Amino acid sequence: MGRTLAEKVWEQHVVRRADGEPDLLYIDLHLIHEVTSPQAFDGLRLAGRPVRRPELTIATEDHNVPTVLGPISDPVSKTQVETLRKNAAEFGIRLHPMGDAGQGVVHIIGPQFGLTQPGMTIVCGDSHTSTHGAFGGIAFGIGTSEVEHVLATQTLPAYRPKTMAIEVSGELPPGVTAKDLILAIIAKIGTGGGQGYIIEYRGEAVRKLSMEGRMTVCNMSIEAGARAGMIAPDETTFAYLKDRPHAPRGEAWDQAVAYWTSLRTDDDAVFDQVVEIDATTLTPYVTWGTNPGQGLPLGETVPAPESFADPVARQSAERALEYMGLTAGTPLREIEVDTVFVGSCTNGRLEDLRAAAEILRGRQVKTRTLIVPGSMLVKLQAEQEGLDEVFKAAGAEWREAGCSMCLGMNPDTLQPGERSASTSNRNFEGRQGKGGRTHLVSPQVAAATAVTGRLTAPADL
Amino acid sequence: MEAFTTHTGKAVPLRRSNVDTDQIIPAVWLKQVSRTGFEKGLFAAWREDPAFVLNDPSYEGASILVSGPDFGTGSSREHAVWALQQYGFRVVIAARFGDIFRNNSTKMGLLPVVLPAEKVEALQAAVEADPTLAVTVDLAERQVRWAGEVVAFEIDDYTRWRLMEGLDDIGLTLRHADEVTAYENGRQPWLPTTV
Ligand code: SF4
Repeated sequence: MGRTLAEKVWEQHVVRRADGEPDLLYIDLHLIHEVTSPQAFDGLRLAGRPVRRPELTIATEDHNVPTVLGPISDPVSKTQVETLRKNAAEFGIRLHPMGDAGQGVVHIIGPQFGLTQPGMTIVCGDSHTSTHGAFGGIAFGIGTSEVEHVLATQTLPAYRPKTMAIEVSGELPPGVTAKDLILAIIAKIGTGGGQGYIIEYRGEAVRKLSMEGRMTVCNMSIEAGARAGMIAPDETTFAYLKDRPHAPRGEAWDQAVAYWTSLRTDDDAVFDQVVEIDATTLTPYVTWGTNPGQGLPLGETVPAPESFADPVARQSAERALEYMGLTAGTPLREIEVDTVFVGSCTNGRLEDLRAAAEILRGRQVKTRTLIVPGSMLVKLQAEQEGLDEVFKAAGAEWREAGCSMCLGMNPDTLQPGERSASTSNRNFEGRQGKGGRTHLVSPQVAAATAVTGRLTAPADL
Repeated sequence: MEAFTTHTGKAVPLRRSNVDTDQIIPAVWLKQVSRTGFEKGLFAAWREDPAFVLNDPSYEGASILVSGPDFGTGSSREHAVWALQQYGFRVVIAARFGDIFRNNSTKMGLLPVVLPAEKVEALQAAVEADPTLAVTVDLAERQVRWAGEVVAFEIDDYTRWRLMEGLDDIGLTLRHADEVTAYENGRQPWLPTTV
């Protein structure tokens, strides 16, 4: 019987397999940031263990960093960033600190450097590591104990997850983006729907996505409960990788491409589960609740909790409406927002900024609007294209790179009761600041919303 | 890691679903570089509400958290596990857990127990009726027991053995260092390094 893409990549990385034990999996690339690593390095020091492969490890500062120029004002954040610098120096790990041209959100810089390649295993102490699966590898988030384990051994013990195919047939209609697709998928399968699975996104609409769109889709696999999401590599992947700083060159490139081309699910392979989505019926999506599965097409109204048959879903909707300050039956398009955030590892890449700029060009924003590039390189490229001028002319704030309002660990937060339209990935209670209310949207909807002050699709302008 | 064989204690019912790790410990608490002191941040936003169940004195000293489904979804922050443990929890019972949270728990010796939703509900109701109810979580027998009820749960043999012995994963893996080296010698030549 044939094998799925996930099975092929997994098998390639099994160091040791024994009855009744998890597989010991080799890790090709370990990404590190300041928040989930300090206690892991402490553990190494305590046990007197070195980092096994510092040259398969890379660190960046992203979660805590301010997005306005200047030093970190919060002393606790500052200590955390300084701790990463000390640890990186002590253990010989390459670090991109604040202000460095290579700095950025951990999941943006890996692909940008060409370090994220097809068929690799990639981990990071961050759940959105699933982003890297867009290149056809297995990439997943781990906790701090596992970070320490990978630092010490370059391996992880793990059971192979089941496989799920999400087949997206047809083409996305104009104005419907990768973000809308993944929000629709999560709304369909639920926040626990992918639990225990590696998802492979397949089908015409997925093939037609750019690498950046594919990263947006894989990024939010965790929001469907799946630790990893992946897309088979193809010409789009190879074209993205060619000539990136860490991509193979010359003969090595040809060898790599030959192998990467074999990384696809065999025709006779069987998935443990298959979900089908018709791309042609999709429209821009927004979330109305406090988990990413609570989303609907923008043309709908806030749902009534009684409309949910499942008692747990009903109770969750009731609580969500209360927290979000929403009334059932209100058209989503009438919801007014205070803040618009464009950025994060979900939608903080160049294409996202271009899409937002196209809508804001020659218009004025009505709300506080933060545009935060995902990395310093994205920032530089955007400025070379003059996007920063478009944003500033529209009245939006153009910031330095970082996670920013995606999780509000730096000063970019919502105040209690404030409402945002955000291109990030989590609408949890308090995620963007205590008492803040988040609606997840695409960059296009975010920009259009900034113009009207209400949840709006570009086509409505 | 502290070994876990069997534990008897008071339980506290948390009647919420999708308890994501941002709720268990909000991001502002993640700036610490130490491993201690996280109990203060546990459910920080919810605990401000005097009606929140952890503020109910009848559940004081509870060591078993009984939650609605999809506990520990979202962020990979292991701080969520540390906060629960440092607050005094040894076990979390739910019908479904976020994958990363469940993994992190078993690395730290906090036992995540999956029970069918109706059994979780029954246990919550029993605890609400009598907050002093003694609940036993027996990892050796793979059972949860309370007031004459005996409910079996599943956990793979390897994780159970590791928890019962209190074994450190890194030490276990390092026993196979030769196999790791052998694997490394056969890696594809084009794979990138960060230098
Ligand atoms: S941008 Fe948001 S989701 Fe992505 S790594 Fe940063 S905090 Fe996490």
